[in-house]
Amino acid sequence: MTTAVRSPGRTGKAPTAGTRPHRRHRRRSVTLTLLTSLVAIYSLIPLIWLVINATKSQQGLLNSFGLWFADGQFALWDNIHQTLTYDNGVFLRWLANTVLYVVVGAGGATVLATLAGYGLAKFDFVGRRGVFAVVIGAVAVPGTALAVPTFLMFSRMGITNTPWSVIIPSLVSPFGLYLMWSFSASAIPDEMLEAARIDGAGEFRTFLRISVPLLAPGIVTVLLFSMVATWNNYFLPLIMLKNPDWYPLTIGLNSWNDQAATAGSQAVFNLVITGSLLTILPLLTAFLILQRYWQSGLAAGSVKE
Amino acid sequence: MAVQQVAVASAGLGKLKARRRRSWGGWRFVGPFMLVFALVFLAPIGYSIYLSLYRDRLIGGNSFVGLDNYTQALQDSQFWAAFGRVALFLVVQVPIMLFLALLVALAIDSGRLYGKAFFRVAIFLPYAVPAVVATLMWGFMYGSQFGLVGNINDALHVSLPDPLGASLVLTSIGNIVTWEFVGYNMLIFYSALRVVPSSLYESAEIDGAGQFRIITAIKLPAIRGALVIATIFSVIGSFQLFNEPAILRPLARNVLTTDYTPNLYAYSLSFAGQQYNYAATVAIIMGVITMVIAYVVQLRGTREF
Repeated sequence: MTTAVRSPGRTGKAPTAGTRPHRRHRRRSVTLTLLTSLVAIYSLIPLIWLVINATKSQQGLLNSFGLWFADGQFALWDNIHQTLTYDNGVFLRWLANTVLYVVVGAGGATVLATLAGYGLAKFDFVGRRGVFAVVIGAVAVPGTALAVPTFLMFSRMGITNTPWSVIIPSLVSPFGLYLMWSFSASAIPDEMLEAARIDGAGEFRTFLRISVPLLAPGIVTVLLFSMVATWNNYFLPLIMLKNPDWYPLTIGLNSWNDQAATAGSQAVFNLVITGSLLTILPLLTAFLILQRYWQSGLAAGSVKE
Repeated sequence: MAVQQVAVASAGLGKLKARRRRSWGGWRFVGPFMLVFALVFLAPIGYSIYLSLYRDRLIGGNSFVGLDNYTQALQDSQFWAAFGRVALFLVVQVPIMLFLALLVALAIDSGRLYGKAFFRVAIFLPYAVPAVVATLMWGFMYGSQFGLVGNINDALHVSLPDPLGASLVLTSIGNIVTWEFVGYNMLIFYSALRVVPSSLYESAEIDGAGQFRIITAIKLPAIRGALVIATIFSVIGSFQLFNEPAILRPLARNVLTTDYTPNLYAYSLSFAGQQYNYAATVAIIMGVITMVIAYVVQLRGTREF
């Protein structure tokens, strides 16, 4: 939708200098490109470092230059094998937990945010202003202030140290609600809904058949961002979970890293590094593949600003 | 994902589409979200306030103490020292990060870069990396063992100051946070820039305005909403600083104490010291301070210049 705004507007206005009148001439600038490259290098170097060092053994890590490969050594496959099998394959267990938290947590968050955003944008109902005020007010409260009391509440309900303690808080995404609300307001013409209603379709049927397809870019955006939030979550599982069997990858990796500082256990930095690489790959891939969707989803969200 | 309230507020109630008569129908869509929201946002806030008014004593058990916990916290030098560190962090790191993000967004939006799609994605990628992995990577790189700093020292026979030493550690944390969020903020700014009607630039150019003038007179005012949102996000993020110092701790235990940030302090109060009531009080005070500052930023930011 933004392209429509951006693309050349009225033709036949003030015939300036002969060329296409409304395209600003955009001379590409080498200087500007180089300057921006500095920021891109800054952004990519740690990732490059990670890839390079995932090819080194624990020994190679200690005696080779950080940004180049260790001599005569390519331990990537060996590292991956070790990462996946170390400690009876606990990494795979953590991966499965993370996937569970992401699928149920981020998936659920997306469903709830889509329904609620659509409801707020397309219905006028009793208490709508109340919903609005309460959500906005509560969103400004920092997550920290919520963490300890949530833990104590969950502990009374007996659900700490279970997947629920991580999943339930992940189900609410105020950012997702906001995005879906402003997206619904602009992407779904009211006339279409009216027509469906006149044809006698129920509200949920209308929602599924007509609105959901129109909301697709917004839904993908919210899904991606909730996936990142859940996949990367550290603080919440840190307080909720004590049993390593329920750890997500983030907590697990950090516990491996802490091994080095614990007396009597061996340092496994090569596994921490390879494990980190395996942890970030799925999300980076998802972002790269789904670029088109989330970029247009975000742009549509900002129309409303 | 805290604060989109500025945008919500401005997009908000005025635009209400009153297609249907008021009914309870919308609740079928909004209800599920609100139910979970009440459980994980409203209930903990209420519980937190309750906790902060009580104290658990060895003798006498749980008793109401009014505002005693608050007076204690306001005189707690550990708390204020931690607050001072995040305040300093906020004042230095946030402007640097946002300014960098803004420059990149303007560069990409100017249409004068070679390979603009590459830059947009490359600089955004770190956002998809979990804070745990980001901190572990940078921690390795900072390290004198097999870190880049150690490598440079060996190669050039110099001794760079230790990035994890007392004088530099806050800067090093700032660097990690900047790395994680420059791209995210860039994307917020860029999305907002894309919806500025290009006719505005055309007429400005016809009037003979230079690029710099177009930026200050058109682009920046046009994305003020996004600037305010990004600032509020960053304020909240700084005050909640936890992951990075907590994960770096094993590398710098003497510097990164358990009360390094207010959040770490509240965490160790509750999970190492079992002082839940006092931890809740600290969290509430931080919450109130955050809300006040967010509110001030919003007022100043949305006021006409």
